[in-house]
Amino acid sequence: MVNIRETVEKEQMRSDIPDFKAGDTIKVHVKVREGDKERIQVFQGIVIARKHGGIRETITVRKVSSGIGVERVFPLHSPIIDKIEVVQEGRVRRAKLYYLRDLKGKKAKISELRKE
Amino acid sequence: MKIGILGRKMGCSQVFDPETREVVPVTVIKAGPCLVLQKKTKEKDGYDALQIGLIEPEKKKKVNKPLMGHLKASGAGSASFIREIRGEISTLTVGSHISLENFEGVEKVDVVGTSKGKGFQGVVFRHGFRGGAATHGSMFHRAPGSIGASSYPSRVFKGTRMGGRMGGKRVTVTNLKIVRIDTKNSLLLVKGAVPGPRNGLVVVSGQ
Repeated sequence: MVNIRETVEKEQMRSDIPDFKAGDTIKVHVKVREGDKERIQVFQGIVIARKHGGIRETITVRKVSSGIGVERVFPLHSPIIDKIEVVQEGRVRRAKLYYLRDLKGKKAKISELRKE
Repeated sequence: MKIGILGRKMGCSQVFDPETREVVPVTVIKAGPCLVLQKKTKEKDGYDALQIGLIEPEKKKKVNKPLMGHLKASGAGSASFIREIRGEISTLTVGSHISLENFEGVEKVDVVGTSKGKGFQGVVFRHGFRGGAATHGSMFHRAPGSIGASSYPSRVFKGTRMGGRMGGKRVTVTNLKIVRIDTKNSLLLVKGAVPGPRNGLVVVSGQ
């Protein structure tokens, strides 16, 4: 019976989302409506969490903008996302990086993942 | 013209509104196929209503002989759930099909279901009483408190809110917006919550 719900959800899921995980730096191209015009705004930051699954999946992206930490939560399959680019893969040891909120400066940096 | 259909709740999900692009919480209902079993009229029965049955062939074993006889007129082989939709009713005749196609042009619906049973619950959960402080020497936590005075009236008034069985009752939710109708899979998506568990039977009606 749950399958019926899944088929409803599958229709709306996007297939153009690249693979990325917590710790990666990504660029989210967001469609912004101003009056009747539409433009693209880029939000670049570190993915600190991927939550839920299926159509409900959300990502939390954090960046530090002029000294102030800014976090945005995006529904991953939302039509307001134009595209997502992966800038850098990060080496992290956990799935949720909430500890970054308490760190400043160099300590809040995530080193790049090295692939051998 | 009032229209009704029977179905089963499939569960909750979310969809994106193409207009505002916002997340809309929805409940998926598998509605129909339904058949008109009987037409009640003011002259004959005292009120106007359409008796409809949900046709689920896999539940055919549940149909007993008296019900079989009742179903004969409409030509239905089985009916797992039978309800009446009251009101000024339409051109539909006995034996005609009701599906989600009949809901074209309907914007809002009322949904009736049986809420999930919660068992025996106290007054805090069942009636929203505030209860007392947990600490600071308070000896009053989740008890109902006074239920009446002693010398007069010297009894407890009827209808006084107390603990007891909660849920498992017929609940109506009105004016749920129809988000989408999928006639191919006979799925109805309404905005918001619908009473009952997954797979619970519901009555959907609209104008």
